[in-house]
Amino acid sequence: MSGKLTLISSATASGSASVSFTSGIDSTYDEYQLWFVDMHPATNGANLTVDFSISGTFGSTTKTTTFFMAYQNEPGTDAGVTYVSSRDLAQSTSAQEIAFNIGNVADQCASGGLSLFSPSSTSKVKHFYSRVQGYHKQEGANGEYTEDVYAAGYCNTTSAIDGVKFVFSSGNIDTGNIYLYGVS
Amino acid sequence: MSDWKLLNTSTASGASSVEFTDLTGYKIFKFVFIDVNPATDSTNFQMEGSTGSFGVTKTTTAFSAYHYESDSGAALGYEAGHDLAQSTSPQPLSGSVGNGADECAAGELHLFNPSSTTYVKNFYSKLNLYGSDNHTGNWFIAGYFNTTSAVSAVRFSMSSGNMDAVIKQYGLVAS
Repeated sequence: MSGKLTLISSATASGSASVSFTSGIDSTYDEYQLWFVDMHPATNGANLTVDFSISGTFGSTTKTTTFFMAYQNEPGTDAGVTYVSSRDLAQSTSAQEIAFNIGNVADQCASGGLSLFSPSSTSKVKHFYSRVQGYHKQEGANGEYTEDVYAAGYCNTTSAIDGVKFVFSSGNIDTGNIYLYGVS
Repeated sequence: MSDWKLLNTSTASGASSVEFTDLTGYKIFKFVFIDVNPATDSTNFQMEGSTGSFGVTKTTTAFSAYHYESDSGAALGYEAGHDLAQSTSPQPLSGSVGNGADECAAGELHLFNPSSTTYVKNFYSKLNLYGSDNHTGNWFIAGYFNTTSAVSAVRFSMSSGNMDAVIKQYGLVAS
């Protein structure tokens, strides 16, 4: 489904509060892809979130989204695929979770990708979807989990989206690499 | 550093497995599976990783959607028989693929930073198959190689018997 990718910019997080791409998202491409590798939170059980800016301002873009996931714990006693209504958004300006409860044990991390479509449109909403595989923190006697998270939705605005920001819900991004591509 | 770079193409014809033994040089690898046709009917297409030898511990999830050509059944559900919990077994990437002349599976697998010696190795896949009982199956697998050793090779095979397939290896983000 994807065409030729052109790297626009990249960021390496190291004890960073957030990673933002505030340039390079414009009308040049109809689709942008963000790939993130080995996102490791400083705080145990933090949620990886994404937000989108209008005119450089984050936290004010209304979104309606879906969130579902497959999960299984390492002991193999708890597994399933389910919609998670507590992690979707309904006309909210909150950041959208794209992975949750990621562990901060030394080997734990999350990786995945997000596509954003036609962010510069001034007539349509802006669709996005992501898939992230995460190493979920220890949940008591249930142990640690693998999670396969799918978040999707639209920025419900006809204003151009000009930036994307990734933040953990608590604490810093201890390590991680994020790459912004344009798709032609 | 731009675009997916085609690194290898393997054309299997009656092969027991296909291995890719260079997982260095890139942060993200993508394997694309084309026309995977098993010699044995109703067998799973599967994947294994190596840290020097095959059989790496994995914890994974599996779910699928299916629909019969007869319209006699269709559903979405978790596939408890195809996930792994701290197991060194190969990971099925599909359910049962038919071995009819026109039956096959196709899809892709993403593997993140296999050379890391710090983190587990995240991966996820999506395949569609033509089942021997005439259904379409859309399979979603994800998990991690639970090791901080570098994963240096991956191997693809059927759960039983040989296969025909074209498998392509791509890299993104030179490291």
